[in-house]
Amino acid sequence: MSGAAASTADRPAADEAAEAIHIENLHKKFGALHVLKGVSVSARDGEVVAIIGGSGSGKSTLLRCINCLENPTSGIIRVNGEEIRLKPDGHGGAVPADRRQIERIRTRLGMVFQSFNLWSHMTLLENVIEVPVHVLGIRRAEAVATAERLLERVGLADKRDVYPAFMSGGQQQRGAIARALAIQPRVMLFDEPTSALDPELVGEVLKVIADLAKEGRTMVLVTHEMKFARQVATHVVYLYNGQVEEEGPPEQLFGDPRSERLKQFLRNVH
Amino acid sequence: MSIPITSLAEFAARSAWLQPHRILLMAVAAALVISAALFMRWDWLPNYYGLALQGIWRTIWILVVTCVLGIMLAVPLGLAQAAGPWWLAMPANAFCTVIRGTPLLLQLWLLYYGLGSLFPQFPWIRQSELWPYLRQAWPYAVLSLTISFAAYEGEVMRGAFAGVPRGQLEAARAYGMRPFTIFRRIWLPQALHRALPTLAGETVLQLKCTPLVATITVVDIYAVASRVRQDTFIVYEPLLLLALIYLIISGVIIFLFRKMEARIPVRLG
Repeated sequence: MSGAAASTADRPAADEAAEAIHIENLHKKFGALHVLKGVSVSARDGEVVAIIGGSGSGKSTLLRCINCLENPTSGIIRVNGEEIRLKPDGHGGAVPADRRQIERIRTRLGMVFQSFNLWSHMTLLENVIEVPVHVLGIRRAEAVATAERLLERVGLADKRDVYPAFMSGGQQQRGAIARALAIQPRVMLFDEPTSALDPELVGEVLKVIADLAKEGRTMVLVTHEMKFARQVATHVVYLYNGQVEEEGPPEQLFGDPRSERLKQFLRNVH
Repeated sequence: MSIPITSLAEFAARSAWLQPHRILLMAVAAALVISAALFMRWDWLPNYYGLALQGIWRTIWILVVTCVLGIMLAVPLGLAQAAGPWWLAMPANAFCTVIRGTPLLLQLWLLYYGLGSLFPQFPWIRQSELWPYLRQAWPYAVLSLTISFAAYEGEVMRGAFAGVPRGQLEAARAYGMRPFTIFRRIWLPQALHRALPTLAGETVLQLKCTPLVATITVVDIYAVASRVRQDTFIVYEPLLLLALIYLIISGVIIFLFRKMEARIPVRLG
């Protein structure tokens, strides 16, 4: 991690807020492929951390390790101070030691996927109340009321009884954001939320995410939208080849990048 | 001279449906039915009315029971093959291959004549509570039709389970759903919905397998038609009526499956 150490001190208001996400020395191997090579990243309450990097840099894998959709090979992951207990899987990797623990932690993390992944056999409203009712044990009437409020917020109140196949990509993704918000997560995780969208639909989704950032929601955001990352992020991490190449506040990372690789990356994407 | 728009539209809709070739076909069908009623012999019908109703009822309950039990077996069979460990996938695959690879009539006879003649040799079976059932024919009919349906539908469900998009299962996992909840709420409903059009056809096929039970003395509607032929030497009329009855049951099956499919709208393309 060449440029990582120098920039940690630059983070504003760092010490007062509690750490929502803490990742330390995370390694991930897919067979012989070493995707993450000792990554340390943290997000404090109220922070918006944007993870940027070229394709294959490991940024999506990093995000997916936070809720153990990918099992890390080694390393420490803490969510709201609770460390995910891992045990060796017998093939040199690790798996969650306690399924109940990881399921509990996952209900605090609202994941939004690149390909929306709304459940296609349910209407939008049913999608949004599914986890509150069947995982969190919230009464249906209450869950419906919350869901209607959330759908209103993402501008889809009129689509509540529509099946995902009949919605545009942008509508599906906004619906997926409402579904993630419905579990009242401590942290929102976005995995390239606009990469699968037609260009003219990107704006409506980014606007919803920006609104969430404005109200001080803790978020970790993997994105290709550099301009957007610069606007909403409070902290930016640049991953290169499975390592943190440089991190810091957005003005510094985008305005005055130190690493040669980041400079080149920014030249290429702009 | 003006014709109201609505009646014009109505006429257009009706004329689109009532095209010359359709009218001709309907006339031919009506002529067939009328000539069948007038020129063929139906005087035997009152004598066999009660027996025929019993036969229809027996055909229907055998169909429903074997399809329901079969699909309940098919779900684990399909799941084992689609996502199970090898020691579950292999036996499930072997079961489906063997059953699908041998004639249903053979299976039926193996069970009825094989098991059926094996059981009485054991006194403890003869003395058990189950004996009154095991000495009858229908349990063997139900068993073999169930096994057959399970094997075919196990294969259908394997494909249906495998066809549910991974991402949707991953989303369920990402929100902390337990594996069984994922199966019950996301995976199974989607797999069943995907399989419905195939299952409709398979259920109609199963209906047409039910006459085989007549070969082991179960009196279904087909057995009733055979009885009429043997008693009265009237051949065509009972068979025509039999065809009509199977057609009607098939129609009802297809209608019910269409209803189930329509519960979730599907967008093509």
